[in-house]
Amino acid sequence: MDHSEQLGEEAVVSALRRLWFPELNVLVALFVIVATFEILGRIFIGDSFLFNTRADLDTLFNNQRLEIIILQVSIVGIIAIGVTQVIITGGIDLSSGSVVGATAMIAMSFAQVSSVNGNPNPTTVFHDPHWLDLPVLVPVIIALCCGMIAGLINGSLVAYTGIPPFIATLGMMVSARGISKWITKGKPISFPTESYISIGSGMMPVFIFISLAILFHLIMTYTRYGKHSYAIGSNVEAARVSGIRVESHKILVYTIAALLAAIAALVLSSKNLTAQSGMGVMYELDAIAMAVIGGVSLSGGRGSIIGTVLGALIFGVIISGFTFMRLDAYYQEMVKGVIIVGAVVLDQWRQRSRSRRA
Amino acid sequence: MRDYILKTEGLTKHYGGVHALQDVNFALKKGEHVAIMGDNGAGKSTFVRQLTGVERPTRGSFIFDGQEARFNSPIEAREAGIETVFQNLALADDLDVSSNLFLGREKILLNLGPFSILDFKGMRQATEAALKRTAVKIPNLSNTIRNMSGGQRQCVAIARTATFASKLIIMDEPTAALGVRETHQVENIIRQLKANDEPLILISHNMRQVFDLVDRIVVFRRGRIVANLKKNETSGEEVVAYITGAKDASESVIPA
Repeated sequence: MDHSEQLGEEAVVSALRRLWFPELNVLVALFVIVATFEILGRIFIGDSFLFNTRADLDTLFNNQRLEIIILQVSIVGIIAIGVTQVIITGGIDLSSGSVVGATAMIAMSFAQVSSVNGNPNPTTVFHDPHWLDLPVLVPVIIALCCGMIAGLINGSLVAYTGIPPFIATLGMMVSARGISKWITKGKPISFPTESYISIGSGMMPVFIFISLAILFHLIMTYTRYGKHSYAIGSNVEAARVSGIRVESHKILVYTIAALLAAIAALVLSSKNLTAQSGMGVMYELDAIAMAVIGGVSLSGGRGSIIGTVLGALIFGVIISGFTFMRLDAYYQEMVKGVIIVGAVVLDQWRQRSRSRRA
Repeated sequence: MRDYILKTEGLTKHYGGVHALQDVNFALKKGEHVAIMGDNGAGKSTFVRQLTGVERPTRGSFIFDGQEARFNSPIEAREAGIETVFQNLALADDLDVSSNLFLGREKILLNLGPFSILDFKGMRQATEAALKRTAVKIPNLSNTIRNMSGGQRQCVAIARTATFASKLIIMDEPTAALGVRETHQVENIIRQLKANDEPLILISHNMRQVFDLVDRIVVFRRGRIVANLKKNETSGEEVVAYITGAKDASESVIPA
C-alpha cells in the first residue's frame, strides 16, 4: 500500500529474477512434460510413465525407460554441445549430420576385422590385410582429423568469405553427404574390431555425452573461449573493436563443433556395429532443436550447455512418451516440428519483453 | 615535440574512390582537451578509426607518445594507451559489467591459450575501483548490459577507459543518445579527466557541451581540417560557419 512496502516488493521481485536463472524455465518445462505423460499414461494406458509398476522389480522409477530416454538422445546430444557453441557466436551449423555420415564411413573403413567367424570379412573397404585389424586409435584419430578438416573449412568460409553461416554449412552438408556415399558407392561398412565396438557399447554414449557436456560447460563458463563466444554473438562489432580476433575465434568454434560431430560418428557407428552412407541424416536439425528448446537464442549471445542438455532430455522424453502412448512415429515428427517453432517463438517473446524493459 | 601526445602528418584514407580523409595534420598537447566537430560524413569517425587501429590509413603517419605509431588492430592501439568510447558504445549486451570492461583483455588465472581460465574476482575488484574513480554508480555489477539504461551503458563504456592506464582518451559522441541528467553525469566524468590532466579528443555535435568542456575546437569538412580554433577566441557562430562551409580558412577545401 505505502511506498516502502512497494519498494520492498520490487526488491524481492528483482532478487527472484536474479536467482531465476534461464535454465530453470527449461527444467520446469521438462517436469511439466514428464508430468503430462504420467497423467495421460495413467488415464489412457493404465500404466505409469515414470515409475516402476512391475512387481518383480524393486525400484522406484522405471529405470529401463529412463536409460532409454537418455541413451537415445546422447549421440545427437554430443552434436548439440557443438551446435550450441556455434549458435551462441551468432552462427549456425547445418553440416553436422552429414559430417557424422562421412566420418562414420571413413573411420569404419579403418576399423574392420579381417575375418568373421573364420571367413574373410565380405565388406572390407581396403583389401590389403595391412589395413585390417588396426588398433582402435587409428580410426579414432582419423575420425578426429575428418572432423577437424570439415570444421576448418566451415569456419574459414564463415570467417573469411562473408557468406552467411547458413549457406557455408549447407554446402558442407551436401558435400559431406556426397563423400559418405562415394566411399563405397553406397554399400554399408560392417564388422568392426572388438575395441572399436566398445566405444559405443552399453551406456558408453551416455557417459561420453555427459563428460563432454561437463567439459564444455566449464569451458563456456570459466574460460576466455567462452567469454569471447558470448561477446561475438552478442555484438560482433564490439568484440572486434575490443580486440577479439573474431575470425580465428569463429574458425575455432566451427572446428570444435565438427570435432564433436566426429566423436558422435565414432559412437554411433560403434553402437550400430556398421556405418552407412545415410547415417546422421537430419541430426543437425535435431541438435539445433535441442539447443533452441534449451533456451539458446538463435540470434546469438545467449544460452548454455546446461540448457542444451535439458533440451536434449525434453527431446528424449517426448519421443519416449509418444512410444509409451503407442502413437506412430509420424506423430512424433509432426510434434517435433511444432516444438521447434514454439521454442523459437518463445525466445522472440522473451527478447521483446526484455528490450521493452530496458 | 615533447609536449605533444599525438601528432598526425598527412593522414589520408580512401575507401575505393571515396576520399574520406585528406592530408589531415592534427596535433594534441599533453593534458589538452580538443573537440572535433563537423557535419555527418565530414570524416570525424574515419579519423578516429585510423588512430585506434580499427582501420589502417591509406597514406600518412602519426606520432603517438613520442613514437611513430602503426596499429594493426584495436588491441595494439589500446596497449599503446589509446582508449576509445565508440559512438555505438561497443558493448556486448549479454555480458555483465566487468566482462565488458575487460572484453578482449581479460585477467587470466591460468594461461591455457584460448581456453585460459579467467580471474573473475580480480576483474570484479578492478571494475569496482574503476567505477569509483569515474564516480559512476551501477547498482548491480552482475547485471547484463541489456538490462541497463542508456546512461548506465555509456558510463560503463567510459569507465572502461578508466580501468586501464591510458595516455589518450577518445570519445565519439558520448552523449548523443542520453537524457539530460545522464549527459550531465558523462560531462562530469570529462571534467574529472581534465582535472587529472588526461588528454581527450571529444567528437560532438553539441555546441554548448563543446564550449563547456574543451580547450580547442577542430572542424572537419569533407575529409579535411578547415579550422583550428581556441575556445576563448571563437564563437558558436564562427564554428557553425566553418562546419557548413560558409566560412573557409584552409589552404584548399575543394574536394579531390
